[in-house]
Amino acid sequence: MHGVVEGLLELATRDVLTGLVNRRVFEGALAREAGRVVRGAEPALLLLLDIDHFKRINDTHGHAAGDAVLRVVARAIADQVRPMDLVARIGGEEFGVILPGCGVPFAQSAAERIRDAVAQAQALTPEGLRLRATVSIGGAFAGDALKADPAQWCARADHQLYQAKSEGRDRTCIEQPFLSDVSADERAMLFAWALDEQQQGEAL
Amino acid sequence: MSDKSPAAERRAGITAITSGKGGVGKTFVSANLAAALTRQGERVLVLDADLGLANLDVVLNLFPKVTLHDVFTGRSGLEEAILPAPGGYSVLLAGSGMVEYSRLTPEVREQLQQVIREVAPRYDRVLLDTGAGISEVVLYTVSLADRVLVVATPEPTSLTDAYATIKVLAMTQKRYNIQLVVNQVRKQGEGRAVRQQLQQVIDRYVSPTVGQPVKLELVGEIPLDVSVRDAVLKRELLMEKQPGSPAGIGMSALGLKLRGVV
Repeated sequence: MHGVVEGLLELATRDVLTGLVNRRVFEGALAREAGRVVRGAEPALLLLLDIDHFKRINDTHGHAAGDAVLRVVARAIADQVRPMDLVARIGGEEFGVILPGCGVPFAQSAAERIRDAVAQAQALTPEGLRLRATVSIGGAFAGDALKADPAQWCARADHQLYQAKSEGRDRTCIEQPFLSDVSADERAMLFAWALDEQQQGEAL
Repeated sequence: MSDKSPAAERRAGITAITSGKGGVGKTFVSANLAAALTRQGERVLVLDADLGLANLDVVLNLFPKVTLHDVFTGRSGLEEAILPAPGGYSVLLAGSGMVEYSRLTPEVREQLQQVIREVAPRYDRVLLDTGAGISEVVLYTVSLADRVLVVATPEPTSLTDAYATIKVLAMTQKRYNIQLVVNQVRKQGEGRAVRQQLQQVIDRYVSPTVGQPVKLELVGEIPLDVSVRDAVLKRELLMEKQPGSPAGIGMSALGLKLRGVV
């Protein structure tokens, strides 16, 4: 009986083809991570990845080849992330990666590492063909309370993915730092007081 | 008055308590301010509008059998969901079953508004304890209130998020008068300094953008106080157990200020 429950749970949460967690798990994880950021955790990065010209692969080589590409891409992504990151298959040829504690300085390199790994990977089709695929990647941060609404976070990453696609695919677009809503000048002016306080404190 | 939202003209006494950043004591302020106002003779209801991550029940050590969730789904009437809280006031708790409301559907909007419309006339004051962050749900909840009370601590991250909240409210909801409570102040007058700093940045960056002077009013300063930590750990209400503590006195003063007594 226990095995049946586990089996059902596995079915409900995993994508059978790639072994990654599914969209449902991804959405829950995204909401939790957004909540953590609001509560003061380090900024988090969301990457949305889409296999370039996937329809063409399917049309040219057949669905079995398409499946082989999906599996290889999934593996390539999963191999490049840290244990605390979450990789999910969230649509046909779309993947989502949640990277907690990944701020602006690390975002581009984390995304590019994944993109390179995908480009290097080869899928073996049932006919014995070796296929390569590329991905377009869009990234967005949950950085402060203002920018941690899960739905909006996802929409911002999706916007960047669209950007990457329209700029010619096989590339990464990550949104500008999340400080934009409260500009650096505004921050500097806000913190002037905190610095004064600190100096006063040290003088005492 | 031109500086109030349209909702303000229809009802009185609905205050949204919000903070931008979480973990600054927003729910603690809501729970204890309600108790302070109750001690001062007001009939108060606190609505836990943190639909996604409700924790007023934890602060008040209540284990509600009936929550807003049951009201929204029609499993229970509004009356059964209004519970007595330790401080002598009433609460409407969200409960953890509300996670699914973290996205705001038109139905949830309508239901929340309906609940507030129904309870408001029975109380002198309704406090809406909003969620952390500046999500759609938080902004919508604030839009249902006459007044907005922003809770901040002197920490830079809290200041930034409080500022961001004020900015968004001024720009999207035409909130030009916002009240500020500074929690966890280390010395007297720190609240005034925080307000002044925020006001300067608002004057420079927000007021010119919205074309109106946006005013931040300091209505309370709650000292950093070990009794608060004690109360939180014991899951007791500070205003019930230690109303004479520095933070308790700060809460009472906040109540008087909001009522226009001082």
